[in-house]
Amino acid sequence: MFWDAIFLQLGYNATLVTIGACFLGIAAGVTGTFLFLRKRALVSDAISHATLPGVALAFIIMVSFGLDGRNLIGLLAGSAVSAWFGLLCVSWLTRFTRLAEDAAIGAVLSVFFGFGIVLLTVIQSMSAGRQAGLEGFLLGSTAGMLWNDAIIIVVGGALTLAIVLAYRRPMEMVSFDPEFAAASGLNVARIDLIIMWLAMAVTVVGLKIVGLILIVAMLIIPPVTARFWTDRTDRVALISGGVGGAAGYLGAALSASAPSLPTGPIIVLVSFAFFAVSLFFAPNRGVLAAFLRHRSFQRRVHMRQGLLALAQGQPIYEALTLKLLRNADLARADGVATETGRARAAKALRDEKRWEIVRADQAFEGAAALYDGLREIETVLTSDQIQEIDQRIGGPKGVLS
Amino acid sequence: MTLELAANQGHSPTAEQLDSSPLAVRGMTVSYGQKPVVFSVDMTIVEGAMTAIIGPNGAGKSTLLKAALGIVKPLSGQSLVFGKPLRSQRHRIAYVPQRASIDWDFPTRVIDVVLMGLFRELGLLRRVRQRHLDKARACLDRVGMGDFSDRQIGQLSGGQQQRVFLARALAQDADLYLLDEPFAGVDAATEKAIIAVLKNLREEGKTVVSVHHDLSTVPEYFDRVFMINTSKIAEGTVADAFTAKNLDKTYGGRLATAHVDQLDLVAG
Repeated sequence: MFWDAIFLQLGYNATLVTIGACFLGIAAGVTGTFLFLRKRALVSDAISHATLPGVALAFIIMVSFGLDGRNLIGLLAGSAVSAWFGLLCVSWLTRFTRLAEDAAIGAVLSVFFGFGIVLLTVIQSMSAGRQAGLEGFLLGSTAGMLWNDAIIIVVGGALTLAIVLAYRRPMEMVSFDPEFAAASGLNVARIDLIIMWLAMAVTVVGLKIVGLILIVAMLIIPPVTARFWTDRTDRVALISGGVGGAAGYLGAALSASAPSLPTGPIIVLVSFAFFAVSLFFAPNRGVLAAFLRHRSFQRRVHMRQGLLALAQGQPIYEALTLKLLRNADLARADGVATETGRARAAKALRDEKRWEIVRADQAFEGAAALYDGLREIETVLTSDQIQEIDQRIGGPKGVLS
Repeated sequence: MTLELAANQGHSPTAEQLDSSPLAVRGMTVSYGQKPVVFSVDMTIVEGAMTAIIGPNGAGKSTLLKAALGIVKPLSGQSLVFGKPLRSQRHRIAYVPQRASIDWDFPTRVIDVVLMGLFRELGLLRRVRQRHLDKARACLDRVGMGDFSDRQIGQLSGGQQQRVFLARALAQDADLYLLDEPFAGVDAATEKAIIAVLKNLREEGKTVVSVHHDLSTVPEYFDRVFMINTSKIAEGTVADAFTAKNLDKTYGGRLATAHVDQLDLVAG
């Protein structure tokens, strides 16, 4: 069943949903990158919850004019208007009152959502409201998705991507260094507004598939996942789009392959799977890589301290230090140095004396700044410089390495 | 008394001076809430000179610079750049903001940061070409960071980050360079590198204005000082304005007398 879904063999509706979810995922991942970089991720949560009263009001208005209340374009237009109003409320509260942005987001999110739920209840009691199915917008409902619905998602997603592509540079500059961006003549407030508009567009377009409660996950999880793999903004955006698209496609296919699996939540869980794998296994930034890096660093410290202790004839108390020295064949089990151990220890002690001179001498200021107790002095100074220092130390020559 | 005033305030600038000044600020007041941080400040920067903006913490030095650049909105006042409104002259200004306000874990490389200085050339859609990369690398070479272009910016030391910011400003190819505490928290090697680049800019006839904290280096690094503590205290050449009396007025006795004695001051 699952493979049938992957290869779009599960019928018309499932195919529409899968392709739509894939497009939505790409658009959300790329757009979300800039929300994430601008540290405005939660604003999108306020925006998405603020869509609900708009959806309900649009339904009521369309019905009272004798139209079909379920017209998707009408409902989405309504959701956009009230999301826009919610966004205005957040910006107004943040800018002109003493409320911090997080408090403003909390207030707007809950009030708009509460109002929306009240309106949904009112609609339930209307004669035309019984089959409205507006609750579907909460968590998405893909069962009755039509060709037109899919077209709206694909076109909306493509437009969003085009705008991101056009404004990628200003959005990156404003996210990284808003003061410099302003000094370069960019209108920071306008760029911020574009970022918010884009998030709003993705939210509105995604209402049908993912629903307003979970859309924030599609905006945020992919860029956070992508950040584990690269240190470049353009690549974060690309990988994020890829992760979002893959999660949309796989999630929709999975949910189509078994009866009554909800599409939106499954898509979110699939993105989370991508995130979890990245969190643990990404090179450099992953948890595993950080653990290994820390362990190798700790071993270098113990090794160095052990060698210095050997050189000065001090006993070695730490089990790890002794184990490392023994494994490298530098010391015996009773803590006495082997022949190679003595040579390495003498070198370590001499390096320490060399560093002492380097750090006391103004002329070596640049090199001295690199001292951290572990750094090999040969990586900082030329052999001529080291010889010069050795002459100052005096004593036996020829322990260069 | 009159003589002293003239020396302290600088002669009031003539119309021609205002026209040619790279940055002339008039009646600038900026407030956060109900408290002015900068009050009714006039500042006339002299072309081809290096000017230090000095004053105690919270005296409005950075704010004055930001307001002059339109980064924060002043309550009143205006700034003229080369005698014209700021909006039409942005391409002649390069700015180096404070390092502290940046998220250094941001996913961007050193070369990408410098390329941001080329935004006016690149615009929204133009592709980054070899010549843009060459120019960015040349700017990195000028600040001694040529070997670091592919590093993520968070991997650099504070001093190196500051030099990258200077390289980004150099890429802007401006006539007026404004820096906000470029020497704050940097190592001695970086300080030397930065001051060498700034002096080089002055030799090319560019104008440099820098918010500065370390009074002991003012005479060595700068030609002119602008002293501010919310309102303007003095403005002029280091020889005329950087006097014990003006420092006293600026810092309101917060500067220990012993400290002032150690400064290389002109008798005043």
